Amino acid sequence: MKPLIRKLTDTFSPSGYEDAIRDVIRAEIKGLADEIRVDALGNLIARKGKGGTRLMVAAHMDEIGLMATHVDQKGFVRFAGIGGVYPRNLPGGRVRFVNGSCGVIGLDGGTFSNDLPPLEKMFIDVGASGIANHPIKTGDVAAFERPFLDLGDRVVAKSMDDRIGCAVAIESLRALKSTSNEVYFVFTTQEEVGTRGAQTSAYGIDPALGFSIDVTGWGDTPGQRDFDVALGKGPAIKIRDGGMLSDPRIVDWMIGTAEKNRIPYQREVLLGGTTDARAMQLVRGGIPVGCISIPCRYVHSPSEMIDYADAQNAVKLVVALLRPPIKLQFI
Amino acid sequence: MPSRTPALGAAQFRLLEKLCNAVGVSGAEAEVRRVVLDEIKSYVDELEVDALGNLLATKTGGGAKRLRVMLDAHMDEVGFILVAEDGEGLYRFKIVGGIDPRNLAGKQVVVGKERKPGVIGAKPIHHTTPDERKKPLAEDALRIDLGPESKIKAGERGTFAPNFQRVGPSLMSKSLDNRLGVATLIELLKFSYSNLDLCAAFTVQEEIGLRGAKVGAQHFKPDLAIVIDSTPANDLPMQFESENISYNTRLGLGPAIYVSNASTMDDPRLVGFMRDVAEKAGIPYQIRQPGGGGTNAGGIQRTGAGVPVVSVSIPHRYTHSALSVARIEDWKNTLALLHTAVQQITPALLRR
Amino acid sequence: MTKRMLIVQDIADENHVVRKPCSREYNHPQFQHVAFAHQALMSDILPFLKTLISAPGLSAYEQPVAKLIEEKWRPLVDEVTTSRIGSLHGLKKGHGKPPRPSVMIATHMDAIGLMVTKIADGLIHLDEIGGIDVRILPGTPVIVHGRQDLPGVVVMPPLKTLPEEARDGAIGLRHLLVDTGQLPSRLANLVHIGDLVSFNTPPIELSGEVISGHSLDNRASIAALTICLEELQAKSHLWDVWAVATAQEEETLGGAATSAFHLTPDLAVAVDVTFAKGPGADSWETFPLGKGITLGWGANLHPYLYKEFKMLAEQLEIPFAMDISPAHSGTDAYSIQVAREGIPTMLIGIPLRYMHTPVEVVAVKDIQRAGRLLAEFVGGLEMDFVSKISWEDEDAK
Repeated sequence: MKPLIRKLTDTFSPSGYEDAIRDVIRAEIKGLADEIRVDALGNLIARKGKGGTRLMVAAHMDEIGLMATHVDQKGFVRFAGIGGVYPRNLPGGRVRFVNGSCGVIGLDGGTFSNDLPPLEKMFIDVGASGIANHPIKTGDVAAFERPFLDLGDRVVAKSMDDRIGCAVAIESLRALKSTSNEVYFVFTTQEEVGTRGAQTSAYGIDPALGFSIDVTGWGDTPGQRDFDVALGKGPAIKIRDGGMLSDPRIVDWMIGTAEKNRIPYQREVLLGGTTDARAMQLVRGGIPVGCISIPCRYVHSPSEMIDYADAQNAVKLVVALLRPPIKLQFI
Repeated sequence: MPSRTPALGAAQFRLLEKLCNAVGVSGAEAEVRRVVLDEIKSYVDELEVDALGNLLATKTGGGAKRLRVMLDAHMDEVGFILVAEDGEGLYRFKIVGGIDPRNLAGKQVVVGKERKPGVIGAKPIHHTTPDERKKPLAEDALRIDLGPESKIKAGERGTFAPNFQRVGPSLMSKSLDNRLGVATLIELLKFSYSNLDLCAAFTVQEEIGLRGAKVGAQHFKPDLAIVIDSTPANDLPMQFESENISYNTRLGLGPAIYVSNASTMDDPRLVGFMRDVAEKAGIPYQIRQPGGGGTNAGGIQRTGAGVPVVSVSIPHRYTHSALSVARIEDWKNTLALLHTAVQQITPALLRR
Repeated sequence: MTKRMLIVQDIADENHVVRKPCSREYNHPQFQHVAFAHQALMSDILPFLKTLISAPGLSAYEQPVAKLIEEKWRPLVDEVTTSRIGSLHGLKKGHGKPPRPSVMIATHMDAIGLMVTKIADGLIHLDEIGGIDVRILPGTPVIVHGRQDLPGVVVMPPLKTLPEEARDGAIGLRHLLVDTGQLPSRLANLVHIGDLVSFNTPPIELSGEVISGHSLDNRASIAALTICLEELQAKSHLWDVWAVATAQEEETLGGAATSAFHLTPDLAVAVDVTFAKGPGADSWETFPLGKGITLGWGANLHPYLYKEFKMLAEQLEIPFAMDISPAHSGTDAYSIQVAREGIPTMLIGIPLRYMHTPVEVVAVKDIQRAGRLLAEFVGGLEMDFVSKISWEDEDAK
């Protein structure tokens, strides 16, 4: 799965501008699904199986990024964040625009102060000497640029959130081979700006139940106190996050399946942050939902780290959930 | 029979004045709705008012594979709701929508269906200290004064007093946001668009959560939507020597096409389309800076199985205050851009 | 369809009313407007209300209280179903000719509480479900719903065990703990991350027919809706009535949104508690306890429905006050109004003190008033009522 993770995280597709990643994923899943289509907001929907219990599995393909707000007279590019972009992750960072141009993030007044300025007091330097023939205009879109790093048990890249979820979904689809359920793997758009693609794709699919696969935070580095989830202890079964309470019946189903198949797992209550499952839950007449999380350090920085075994176990768990005919009592 | 291209003549300015001077606070848009209804009823095929008060109108086109295109313009404005009677004609009030409280003191207002005149006063300067004058007057320290024999009850809405003027190249009035958008959409409805089904939504409650647009889109279920609004131009020069880089939009540079705001990532295909149309037709335009704020596109995009959206706005200065300023030329160019664009919409636009 | 006889009683002033129990009831067009006399129903609804506020039912985990409500409603309605995310739908069919319009009455059954985030050294760390002012927590008796229900208490740890910056002022939720009295190894076996912690404060009656306990927000409204259903047993109504106990109001307003989507009612009434005057609560947004219900007004609610309810309350001599929300009513009405193609929505409020604490206080009389007003409204709905709902007359009078 590592080459796949690398390929996915090397692609530049911030929220609303997912064409590139959609093409990459579509090429990966060709031949694996029974039907593939793209909906009105650009969600990539792959169906496997027909006629059984209808399920939706969501992994978002967009990443956080930056959008140019103004190019000043000297050629410096001002920007706004797309999704959760935090000042502390930016100074000295490199970005790549969707049109190919690259640049460095600088701070007003240089980098010798200890204060962290807000985004409005930062700029992207693309190496232009002025505004004439400038490669960037207002509205152009960029994402972090950082090389993929394989540390053996752990893997680091930008946009692990949520390309790791996409990788898990792709590998689950690949391993599934057959299912008596009707499963919709949805590679969603615009999660980072408000779980928007998940909402509309869930409406269109109208599943009986569903879950998202996303990264979650971490609790196992110095100073982390409140969050009792660690890398390497297995995928986390999310009970609650800042935007959603998982359906307890889905949580029980996931825990039961993990235990039955001896897949390591953790229970998760995340304070703050949310995933596509939140949007899916309240669509139409309601959908029982949950979420399988990949614990991830340094989330929303350009160097997000996950445990490779956690991702592999997540695939095992997803396949174990999806393969047998789902006959949960409430659906 | 209207001419082939939209023009801004005396009738259009009279209509805009009527719209701007109407009282239509979010949740109580009746007066605006009445004006719009009278204007459009002879130009549309179907017309209804829904459970939230949206005015929804359709013009059916011809041709087999035509798209359903929703055009939205919100009718509501920010204002006040009276919440308690203090006696002697004085009323506590709450702001409806976003108004910087520093815009309130010392203003004339009107309240209710009958537009009863009132004022938001302030303590005499003689009884204040210099330190006190540095702190802004907060909403709950202020009162609306309707005069000691006022019969108005709590629950009534009010706005800044009507004050529309056309001054040289400019329009000066309260509620240019979004009576300019409403006036624009009314003009567009006077034309035929055989290439599509036009679903016009004059929506309510945009200022308090994009509520009407959501319901309007759930009714129309369009293939795509264009939202017509009015957006702030914060383009005054910086008050020290440097470039203003957070202007949002600038007066005089034409219609503002959105790419992104807090409520929406505008669909890149529609953004590109609007730019192309403007460039080919020689209509000046600008890109509204990405960042905060929201338009009804946010309410529409996530309805049903999703709707591709884009917003186009007329810039105005001094937003959500007693008086905003816009350029007539920007209004004219926005109308021209939208009219041209809508006529060129084909199903190919949504192909990926 | 059984024939029922409606016995017309004398109308008395609403504070001194007498009800003769009717065992056989007759439905006849002559008895269109039946005036109804009731006994003081406090002894009728109070036992049910007490069981409701003694059962847990946190947002998304409403099952225990849903069960109690279902048992109570089953004999009062024609069908009971559950939404996909756990809201309870009780359908009482009307007598109008099909296709009949329907009204949805929404009362949320979920309550606020806490959730286990971490277990360490025999003590439990917490997250909140719904909004809680943490200052009321220390010393609150709770139940930890692990493998077994464990009684415990929320404790403020010794200040010297906290980081220095956390010692002053209100102790934040991340520093409060629950002590169950269990030893660490046993606790680790019995309790897991994600387990629920609910309030364990018992209901008590205060002087003046006033009840106190946790989760009166919004079980008081469930009681009111139950009274409405009870009255509708002997009152004919043309419309279908959906009595809906919604899920997840305190977190997402999600139960109301999804039930409204599913049931597609022609109009809706949400019933929720509102702010009663009390210590620290005296503004225009507060209403006297026990002196009447409130009728919602503002962008979230349809002014025509306000006027209808106002007229009816005046007719029935039910005291009421206008409860103004400039934009968001803070209730299920917010998500119902924008479901589907928009639903004309109204809000009835029951004044309550100390909202979102374990010692909420509400007057039983106000619960009865709300229940009665609902029943009378439903009973009076004509088949063509929806076509009369208009926008052109928006005065607050």
